[in-house]
Amino acid sequence: MEKNNRSYSIIIPTYNERLNIALIVYLIFKHLQDVEFEIIVVDDGSPDGTQEVVKQLQKVYGEDRILLRPRAKKLGLGTAYIHGLKHASGNFVVIMDADLSHHPKYLPSFIKKQLETGASIVTGTRYVKGGGVHGWNLMRKLTSRGANVLAQTLLWPGVSDLTGSFRLYKKSVLEDIISSVVSKGYVFQMEMIVRASRKGYHIEEVPITFVDRVFGSSKLGGSEIVEYLKGLAYLLVTT
Amino acid sequence: MKHIVKIMVLLVAISACWIGLLQTSIIPRSHTWLLPIYLIISLGCYGLLMVGVGLMNFPTCPQEALLLHQDIDEAKEFLKRRGVDVGSD
Repeated sequence: MEKNNRSYSIIIPTYNERLNIALIVYLIFKHLQDVEFEIIVVDDGSPDGTQEVVKQLQKVYGEDRILLRPRAKKLGLGTAYIHGLKHASGNFVVIMDADLSHHPKYLPSFIKKQLETGASIVTGTRYVKGGGVHGWNLMRKLTSRGANVLAQTLLWPGVSDLTGSFRLYKKSVLEDIISSVVSKGYVFQMEMIVRASRKGYHIEEVPITFVDRVFGSSKLGGSEIVEYLKGLAYLLVTT
Repeated sequence: MKHIVKIMVLLVAISACWIGLLQTSIIPRSHTWLLPIYLIISLGCYGLLMVGVGLMNFPTCPQEALLLHQDIDEAKEFLKRRGVDVGSD
């Protein structure tokens, strides 16, 4: 067991995820057994009782393993990570979505990859062998491929999956890049990885599968596409 | 260097080659004039091809959805026994 020098803080932002947060916590504990870690739930004042469920989970797993660090209202993804990061005691930080589209069973492969390569960032990618997506219709796949080709052609990021948000960071690296990131939504994830790549951080990829949200609804509309294009243009001129 | 500058430099370099070709007329001028159009068309084709190939080889994982549902059932049972509220909302 790699005690003392290696510990992981898993930051999970939530908003109305009372069922999913319970499931994901169970799955994290199931798949990370010989690793020192803590889960930091940053809840943006969910009206559905997400925080009550987290408190029940604390009783099961211990308040030192699951930290609830709520905020009063919905304040956005980027600041949720900054908020969680302030309370993180691990020297590595994992960020993942609460909606079960990111399965905790991949956590050991992130950790293993980081150990093997000493990378600053390990990012999950859906677009390589062993990875994949489930639950997307043709339109969603088309948009995703189009967006990816556009970004690869214009930005040369050196990473195959830019908008994925299942990642492991060295804490100092995350602190360094997150302060310069301004985008919101999932352009935020793209900006993080592009900035990290430009700063010359060592980035590795591991395949993950992505099962579109089981409970609750997923959102991708015309306005997201516009936001994405704006984000792309912004990254072209600022990085 | 900002990324947009890199792309601009690339574009300027390509334009310079093109103007050079126009000046020296190694190939007939009428052909040289059309080169930028060919370039744009081939870029478009490349993009469409990449999207098409990506779409055809889009990795999917239907078995993962099944596994996830098994995991969810397992988690619900465990959590219910431990007094965590996992009733559907």
